[in-house]
Amino acid sequence: MLTKQRISGMRERLMNSRTIIGLEVHVELKTKRKMFCNCSADYFGHKPNTHTCPVCLGLPGALPVPNKQALEWCIAIGLALNCEIPLFSKFDRKNYFYPDLPKGYQISQYDQPFCLRGKIEVNGKKFGITRVHMEEDTGKLSHGKVENEDVSLIDFNRSGVPLVEIVTDPDFNNAIDVKAYLQKLQQIVRYLGVSDADMEKGQMRLEPNISISLDVNSTKLPNYKVEVKNINSFGFVEKAINFELKRQQEILEKGEKPVQETRGWDESKQKTVSQRLKEEANDYRYFPEPDIPPLRWTDNEIADIKEKMKGKMPEDKIKELINLEVSQSNAVLLVANMNKLDLFNELYSKTKFIKGGTPIPTANQISNYLINKVVEHQTIPQIMHSIQSSLTLSSVSNDELKEVIRKVLKNNPKIMQDYKAGKKSVIQFAIGQVMYIIRKKIDTEILKKLITDELK
Amino acid sequence: MKIDVKHVAKLANIPLKNDEVKKYENQLSQILEYIEKLTKVNTDNIKETSQTTGLENVTRDDVASPSLKQDEALSNTKSKHNSLFKVKAIFEE
Amino acid sequence: MKLNELTIKQAKERLKKKQFSSVDLTNACLEQIMKKNKNLNVFITVCESLALENAKKADKLISVGQDLPLLGIPIALKDLFSTKGIETSAGSNVLKGYIPPYDATVVVKLKQAGAVILGKTNLDAWAHGSSGENSDFGPTKNPWNTNFVPGGSSSGSAVSVATGMSMASTGTDTGGSIRLPASFTNTVGLKPTYGRVSRNGIIAMASSLDSIGHFTKTAEDSALFLQVTAGKDEFDATTPSVEVPDYTKDLEKGVKGLKIGIPKEYFIKGLDKNIKEEVKKAFRFYESQGAEIIDISLPNTEYAIATYYIIQPAEVSSNLARYDGIRFGQDRRAFGEEAKRRIMLGTFTLSVGYYDAYYKKAMKVRTLILRDFEEAFKKVDAIITPVSPTMPWKIGERVDDPLAMYLSDVFAAPINLAGLPGLSVPIGFIDGLPVGIQILGPHFSENLLFRIAHAYETAHKWYERTPNE
Repeated sequence: MLTKQRISGMRERLMNSRTIIGLEVHVELKTKRKMFCNCSADYFGHKPNTHTCPVCLGLPGALPVPNKQALEWCIAIGLALNCEIPLFSKFDRKNYFYPDLPKGYQISQYDQPFCLRGKIEVNGKKFGITRVHMEEDTGKLSHGKVENEDVSLIDFNRSGVPLVEIVTDPDFNNAIDVKAYLQKLQQIVRYLGVSDADMEKGQMRLEPNISISLDVNSTKLPNYKVEVKNINSFGFVEKAINFELKRQQEILEKGEKPVQETRGWDESKQKTVSQRLKEEANDYRYFPEPDIPPLRWTDNEIADIKEKMKGKMPEDKIKELINLEVSQSNAVLLVANMNKLDLFNELYSKTKFIKGGTPIPTANQISNYLINKVVEHQTIPQIMHSIQSSLTLSSVSNDELKEVIRKVLKNNPKIMQDYKAGKKSVIQFAIGQVMYIIRKKIDTEILKKLITDELK
Repeated sequence: MKIDVKHVAKLANIPLKNDEVKKYENQLSQILEYIEKLTKVNTDNIKETSQTTGLENVTRDDVASPSLKQDEALSNTKSKHNSLFKVKAIFEE
Repeated sequence: MKLNELTIKQAKERLKKKQFSSVDLTNACLEQIMKKNKNLNVFITVCESLALENAKKADKLISVGQDLPLLGIPIALKDLFSTKGIETSAGSNVLKGYIPPYDATVVVKLKQAGAVILGKTNLDAWAHGSSGENSDFGPTKNPWNTNFVPGGSSSGSAVSVATGMSMASTGTDTGGSIRLPASFTNTVGLKPTYGRVSRNGIIAMASSLDSIGHFTKTAEDSALFLQVTAGKDEFDATTPSVEVPDYTKDLEKGVKGLKIGIPKEYFIKGLDKNIKEEVKKAFRFYESQGAEIIDISLPNTEYAIATYYIIQPAEVSSNLARYDGIRFGQDRRAFGEEAKRRIMLGTFTLSVGYYDAYYKKAMKVRTLILRDFEEAFKKVDAIITPVSPTMPWKIGERVDDPLAMYLSDVFAAPINLAGLPGLSVPIGFIDGLPVGIQILGPHFSENLLFRIAHAYETAHKWYERTPNE
């Protein structure tokens, strides 16, 4: 019987409850060939069922042969995550039935994966990586109505594309760290050149496993967990996790236990929805894949892979920029956007060819410009010209500007009011006020951005 | 050794009629009884053999080659729509 | 003698000499098929016009002096081999009407060698069986006495060669499915070393046990055929890079000085005493030719069937998971009884809580069985045993007793577990039904097996006998 006392007691405990989140991320490798057959792995956007063969279509008699490049890239990801690389490894069959799984089993790895026990630092905290392993992707299911009947439709172009699965220890306890981890992981795989990791294209998929423990003092894991799927963008990550945490907390507050299941994030409804009951966990009947002989690496091979990675990691790129005297914060922001970093490198390399007379931007100045401006659809010469013009404008630091902006807003509360009421034109007024105080020529674009940021 | 035929059939995605369950239960139990022989064998410190070739590291380079044509891929199905394989709706929600 | 009663070696010589054409030879086979297939139920699909078309092409090549290993020779394929554009049923209603969009590697090789494909032969559905009675298209009958089984699962392929419907035929051997029907039909059946011949395109039964082999009249023909099919395949990761030797090179060497082992565990109480007598005769022959017969022991033989019937159904249950009727074929309701039995048995032994006790344990006992052979081959060059503990049984006699059916694999299955090669050779008849021995050797010792068989054959031409049915 839940007495008022018990409920309030529970609430108190929940305030001190533990959030336990573990993350499973699947990364699609951008190899030329699929994981186990010769079909092109570049399947996205092509006509359905045009990138298949007997192997990835699961036709009778077809056999898998692993893609060497995919294996090496999986090891590279593991090394980037500071994992141990056991020298002996193998593939296993994961047996279950689903229409998008043509063989009725997925070739994956069970007890001897390629990489184990790594760690990654994010937001100043260390998170454990349980394992990194290889598997093949399934076909793609879509749903619709054909002749008034509800049907599911299958395209096997994606079937057999190489996937690397990265599983973290259940070390996360808030959505912000999760997002930061994802962003770092995305950078790592992009800079390694092994994946484009575009979430919207499904090249990087996140499945958090979320549970809450009422027992703050123990480190035991709760006896349930909920897996959340269908989180297709960074934007959804925080929303989905926070919704799910709230949902579970409400259930626990009632004295009940959340059902162990898989749920999907529904963006239109802004909530997670139950998908399939995880039950006793599907009995996958794993056994060693008899069609694929095991893999045995040598120390030299692993060393070679490590060697190829030198200088490619995001940290390395940040260090390079800092060596060029780009500020730490700019360096981090630039590296977070690969396209902008490419532009930076191109622009920077051109500075030595600038003829006398026009100003020569420093690395930091180039970085400032790229970070604050939208530069799509501009050619390199155009961008360089814009940077040089902006240099003739006074260089007031962003921090100085921000101070002045805050003063202006404080002294003119109506600006904030009008902005919130939707009167965007009030920004022009604010710009004028700031310029009046500073009395120097300032890039109004940058100023506009900073003011807008402050108002938000 | 009794086998839960209904559960196994479900796992194996084999549709069984009720009268079949008993029959398979008997046959499979008989077979399992024979197989129990193995429990008598001493296999301490013996490694498993899953491959008699002793092969390792058989891989292929990352080179793609042409796939089946779309009509070839779909040529054996009885149920398709707009070049997609069609099945009864799978409800995820 | 009718053209189709020749051996491949003889046919090739005479084709070269233009004594007859491939079309003549193919027609002889087709006539035999027309005459006997209805009664014996050997072929599921006969490709008459395609075969004659290819025979004509072969004749053109022969006329310009082209010499390919099987040029113009009509052969049959077990209906487990994917043939592009030709129905491939696996003997099951599930795949009735399935037309593969690709050829198995072995089929490509045979075509490139100039062989003429006559059609697809009947088999136990999915290769599940030792008698041919599990076919969804009716059992094949033993041509030596149609009341009896011809052995399985490659029943149609064995009978097609025994009756001269084809000059050779392909088969698969996972637990005896070539050697058993060979010994029941007076044909030579080769189970090569696991991995010697590519499995790509051949409907999988048990991935770590399936060996791709063939039936011929003689050991020499068998060597000629293996010459074509053997070799590493980029589409099958379980084919080692072991060189393909000249398989006919050692044929005439004889058996003088060879050590041949008899394992005592294969001469147990359950062995039919008439079979025992015939096998002993064969040993005396080899001794008379200078071979040394040595008693050996393979102590873990008694556990082989149990081991086999855990590993094989487990792999079967997984390999048959793709048959869901979505991309091809019918749905799983169309599976026959034996297939359902094996799928369920396999699913059970792999399931949570049972994996260690059954599958993992079986994989360990497999190591012991493999070691038994490794030890034995340190003492002897080859091993000879009976193929079956009993003579062929009557059709229908064992269908209600699956376990009894499984036990017929007792001498054959250990060889598959160890991945070794085995050659089944006819050694005579008992009450009008054929009996054979199997010659076993270390991995990749096929030339030794052909040599030992050839020595026996030159003195006993059992292949010259043809069944009256």
